Amino acid sequence: MNASSPTKQSTPRKVPGLRQTMSDLHIWTGLLVGWILYAMFLTGTVSYFRDEISQWMRPELAARSPVPDAAEVAQRVAGTLASLAPASPQWNIGLPDERNNVVSVSWQNPKIPGRRGLETAVLDPASGERLNARETRGGDFFYVFHFQFHYMPVPWGRWLAGFCAMFMLVAIVSGVIVHKKIFADFFTFRWGKGQRAWLDAHNALSVLGLPFHLMITYSGLITLMLLYMPWGSDAAFKTPAERQALTAEMNVRTPPGKPSGEQAELAPVADMVRVAQERWGRDNVGRVAIGNLGDAGARVMVVRGDGGRISVSPQYLMFDGKSGELLQVKDRVGPAAETRGVVFALHLGRFADTTVRWLYFLVSLAGTAMVGTGLVLWTVKRRAKLPDPEHPYFSFRLVERLNIATIAGLPLAMAAFLWGNRLLPASLTGRADWEIHLFFIAWGLTLAFASLRPPRRAWIELLWATAAALALLPLLNMLTTARGLPASLAAGDWVFAGFDLAIWAFAALAAILARRTALHKPRAVRQRARPMAGEPA
Amino acid sequence: MSVVLAKARQALAAGPLLSRIAAAVFGGYALAALTSVAAVALPMSRTEAVFTGLLLSFVIYTLAVIWVFAVRSATRAWAGLVVVAVPLLLAAWTVWKGHGAA
Repeated sequence: MNASSPTKQSTPRKVPGLRQTMSDLHIWTGLLVGWILYAMFLTGTVSYFRDEISQWMRPELAARSPVPDAAEVAQRVAGTLASLAPASPQWNIGLPDERNNVVSVSWQNPKIPGRRGLETAVLDPASGERLNARETRGGDFFYVFHFQFHYMPVPWGRWLAGFCAMFMLVAIVSGVIVHKKIFADFFTFRWGKGQRAWLDAHNALSVLGLPFHLMITYSGLITLMLLYMPWGSDAAFKTPAERQALTAEMNVRTPPGKPSGEQAELAPVADMVRVAQERWGRDNVGRVAIGNLGDAGARVMVVRGDGGRISVSPQYLMFDGKSGELLQVKDRVGPAAETRGVVFALHLGRFADTTVRWLYFLVSLAGTAMVGTGLVLWTVKRRAKLPDPEHPYFSFRLVERLNIATIAGLPLAMAAFLWGNRLLPASLTGRADWEIHLFFIAWGLTLAFASLRPPRRAWIELLWATAAALALLPLLNMLTTARGLPASLAAGDWVFAGFDLAIWAFAALAAILARRTALHKPRAVRQRARPMAGEPA
Repeated sequence: MSVVLAKARQALAAGPLLSRIAAAVFGGYALAALTSVAAVALPMSRTEAVFTGLLLSFVIYTLAVIWVFAVRSATRAWAGLVVVAVPLLLAAWTVWKGHGAA
């Protein structure tokens, strides 16, 4: 692989060196899926505050109180479920925690088998009563979108996400090879120097978060690895029972065993949860799953939450539902399975406290900006070499427009989603879906706008529109709810206050970008662009 | 005639690149898939072996793609993949065969 070695090919063309080929690989893997990666990165980034977004999007649910006792809540909710879903063979109770102020329950409608018969409700932990909040997907929409998109079958979306993540992984590794002076580059910043400034920004953002970017991309693939790479499991296991040994190391299965046919009352759930609390701590019980309800063969699984440990490997206690006896303790998985559990947990960041969560958010935002600056760099670099800057060739225009609609358009669409949450009437049928339709309508409009306006104007105007949509959102919140910024600040409601303030920070960011774009004077077409130092191509 | 020749030459020039892209996308995936099966032959519990293979496969895929574009020619790219695939295939074969007997 000596770059300067003469070639024995018939053509006298010099074989490009390693850094040159890696540069090409980096550019093409990055460009081809860059827009999707940007969307995955940005929606994934905000998903670190998924629970907080969900809270903001259901303002009628009371602000967080101290985390209630899991044992009491589980018992109370089991009472509610007894009247809400008496015929269901199973209940699933998601308990509240520091970031989540509601109990999410689901049960099976016995008349409709399979996933379609799964019914859900949101309950008040204090009263056990069903809560009536506006219909919304909340922060779950961004979370689910970032790995399976929307308006397409779930496996397609997940395969597309995996495909793009694989491109990302290759782009990161090839990008590192391109930069032999990776640390020197990190301390180099040539402000206001056009292409060099974009290159330096791209380098700084990439190197700053390099361990994170590598981790998040690899771990993203690991979260869905059995979908992408089923071959090992298929070869090793032939029967469903064998395969269950594998999935049991990844997820908590619904309580096993067949019903006995003999009717029996359920032993107090609170006692079982208390046993778990003694092991894991008061607030580390994640959920309670009950199977074979009403039968002597009932099983109760008390499942450990994600807090306080950097792993999502299943840990649970299984109790006999009739006698309340502890039957099984699952507290560890094998080393390889645990590696997967840790990698998965690093991706989700659910173990993080507030400080670490913000760090996650910021470095992930840097990742988003890394993808964004990379996309812009592609056009900046080629604009200098355009034969006729007034009429660029088609692929240049395509990339430029897609960049505008993605980088500036997606944040505007996300703002539209939040506006829809406050403005759509509660009585609207399919309200939760309409919030999402609004998101895509807004995004589509930004693409149309970016295609019709001159590119420079489109950048500036869309960024200003984003800034305005975000800046006005806290005001809209104040007008449509009783939890506007003054009220939430006074009440010490940091979910709402923090959300509104963060939205203003983003509005300011969009405004700064809009202003800088407006003030930027593209230089007159230079005489033949020279190759830059420290950069091949 | 010369136009046809020029076109043909152009197509041939794109050939190695297309070949590399195929080697990267499909060859790389095949190698990764083979890794995930071969790992099942590792001397550990089946479940653990499957997880090990899964965790490794994406690393192998990435390295394979880098390899394919780093080497001097498309032929070398494929040759490198085959050289790694052979031992993996042997291991994977014992897994497939072993299971048939079990």
